[in-house]
Amino acid sequence: MSLESAATIAAPVSRPNAPPKMQGEKVGVFYGEKQALFDVDLKIEQFNVTSLIGPSGCGKSTFLRSLNRMNDTIDGCRVVGKITLDHDDIYDPAIDVVELRARVGMVFQKPNPFPKSIYENVAYGPKIHGIARNKADLDEIVHSSLRRAGLWNEVKDRLQEPGTGLSGGQQQRLCIARAIATKPEVLLMDEPCSALDPIATAVIEELIDELRENFTIVIVTHSMQQAARVSQKTAFFHLGKLIEEGKTEDIFTNPKNKQTQDYITGRIG
Amino acid sequence: MSAGWVVAIVLAIGALAYFFAAQRARVQRDGTDRAKEVPHSLPTYHGWLAFIFATVPALLVYLVVSSVSAGLLDSRIRSEVTAHIADPAAASLSIGIVRNASNALTQLDLSGPNVPTSYAALRDMAKSAGITLADSGEDYMVPLAAGVNADAGVHKLIGQGLTLLLSLAGAAFAYSRIRLRLRARNQVERVVLCSLLGASTVAILTTVGIILSMLGETIHFFSEVDPLTFFFGTVWDPRFAAAGSSGSEGQFGLIPLLMGTLYIALVSMLFAVPVGLMAAVYMGEYASNRVRSTVKPLLELLAGIPTIVYGIFAVVTLGPFFRDLSAALAGGFSFIQAQSVFTAGIVMGVMLIPVVSSLSDDVITAVPRAMRDGSLALGATRSETIRKVILPAALPGIVGALLLTASRAIGETMIVVLAAGVAARINFNPFEAMTTITVKIVNQLTGDLEFNSPQTLVAFALGLTLFTLTLGMNVYALYIVRKYREQYE
Repeated sequence: MSLESAATIAAPVSRPNAPPKMQGEKVGVFYGEKQALFDVDLKIEQFNVTSLIGPSGCGKSTFLRSLNRMNDTIDGCRVVGKITLDHDDIYDPAIDVVELRARVGMVFQKPNPFPKSIYENVAYGPKIHGIARNKADLDEIVHSSLRRAGLWNEVKDRLQEPGTGLSGGQQQRLCIARAIATKPEVLLMDEPCSALDPIATAVIEELIDELRENFTIVIVTHSMQQAARVSQKTAFFHLGKLIEEGKTEDIFTNPKNKQTQDYITGRIG
Repeated sequence: MSAGWVVAIVLAIGALAYFFAAQRARVQRDGTDRAKEVPHSLPTYHGWLAFIFATVPALLVYLVVSSVSAGLLDSRIRSEVTAHIADPAAASLSIGIVRNASNALTQLDLSGPNVPTSYAALRDMAKSAGITLADSGEDYMVPLAAGVNADAGVHKLIGQGLTLLLSLAGAAFAYSRIRLRLRARNQVERVVLCSLLGASTVAILTTVGIILSMLGETIHFFSEVDPLTFFFGTVWDPRFAAAGSSGSEGQFGLIPLLMGTLYIALVSMLFAVPVGLMAAVYMGEYASNRVRSTVKPLLELLAGIPTIVYGIFAVVTLGPFFRDLSAALAGGFSFIQAQSVFTAGIVMGVMLIPVVSSLSDDVITAVPRAMRDGSLALGATRSETIRKVILPAALPGIVGALLLTASRAIGETMIVVLAAGVAARINFNPFEAMTTITVKIVNQLTGDLEFNSPQTLVAFALGLTLFTLTLGMNVYALYIVRKYREQYE
């Protein structure tokens, strides 16, 4: 199974010569007439966690949502510039947005399990994409996804119970299991811990670190501590512009830009 | 003095009470040393309190005395008439004659020798005054009518006197009670609260009243017709008889009517549910804001068309169209009748489309956006998202909406009166005429009838059956809708 085999070829954290998994060039996003994002150039390295930080309304979530074209679902939203996934322009008309989203999964701010059973929640993606050949195959995908999301031991005896009956942290891990069950290459996380308590947050952060072996992860977070804990690369956004990006330890210990320094020391934001 | 005058005088007393009470409160307020005592309520509250004391009890007493008086007069007429006539059907006719006679007497000039002694004389006098009375009155009715009128006069005097006295007493009491620390504001608030409560119970009490009045007549009906033959009878043949005579026996089988009702409702739902649901899915999920803001009001406009207009459309246009169409299809023989289950069902279905789509649209848009995003982000298409996430999540709400729609279909009257026909029979061919409970209620109550024969009383039994049916469905629908709401709150 590709999930398991992918685990064995986990790449080292830093590979300076490897091509970026995703790359944005001069990305701008408009909501109607209002421009929310200006000329963002950012490389997303494979098998790394890239965190997007910045004050509210700085455009970090907007950038994240343009990586799997979830902005398409918002009326009047328009994206300019170029975003590539393995060198393919994802806004090219030849790209099927449905396929793109199967390759670039997403976990939302608020846990949003479907009002179905735990099993059906995880099986949803594999079913609609025809990933499983038979029932046993599907069972295996569901079980391994739940295991990878660190939820297996808690739910293995009640897979047929509704996913909405879990606690907030469990629901979020269920959403992560659901997202990785479709075997995406990139996993986008939009403030995945902001609705959770500190203990559930710690569990998810640990999980993100493990998932890095198999997935390229982009995470939006409000918490600078979280960015420092989970990510290898950090990008700082302010007022719709990408101010600074680089290795996480560089951004937090030795920021080049005055605005970045002000933000991470708590003077703005 | 007429009732209108009494109310006007009471209101005038109330207005004066308001004015003087507010004035007195103002004087007390101005003359007080606030360091020692702080006035509790504004003068206007003292005014309103006086107004309430002057009007509310007086008007309530007036209402009570008037209704008691009506009851007393009624029972006097009833007891004297039944002393003369034993047969209840004939007696109820005579009671009506006496009422009309006493009405006529109040409008005639009865000074000196003009007092009529016989019914014939009264009728002639009334005729010359332009009032028509029934022919079949008897002489004993005249003094009875006159006596009733005298009683009514006494009652009226007592009632009005009591009302005015009470109004004045209330005003005086409220006026005398004004003190700096009187909590007039709180008391007025309490009265306002009571009237709000009263307003909200009016609808409930009316429903209870409707049930009770129908229940009374229904019990009366079942005293003459066996409930078993009503509920399980397969033949509907009420056999109209002349009013007053209850000789001929009809057959009152509910089954053909119930089947017709359910059959037509089924056809209309089969048409309205898919169309309405698809319209709702389009509105809720696909339509751009501009399309939605035009199409949705247009669709809801359909719900504002009076149902009789749909009925006319069915009879004049659609019925003949289907008949001719079927004739063309079958080569001469029109297998769809102009009045049929099919025609009525389709037209009723058109009427129900906006109901289905509007209710389902509300339910569908109530599914949180997070559900849609979650599914789309997994690479599902829009239609997969709708089929696999949104509709299942909205299902209980949609079922509730459909139950509400079905109870509309079952209770619908005017379309079926015009489009379904009046033939009460058990029939499974949708292209032939059938009839419904509502049609038969209309039929049984059309004309000038006394409610004393099973032919008319059956309408109440039918009405109560219909009421129970739709009430049950509505209660169940509300239960489901409420349960569904809890999932997201």
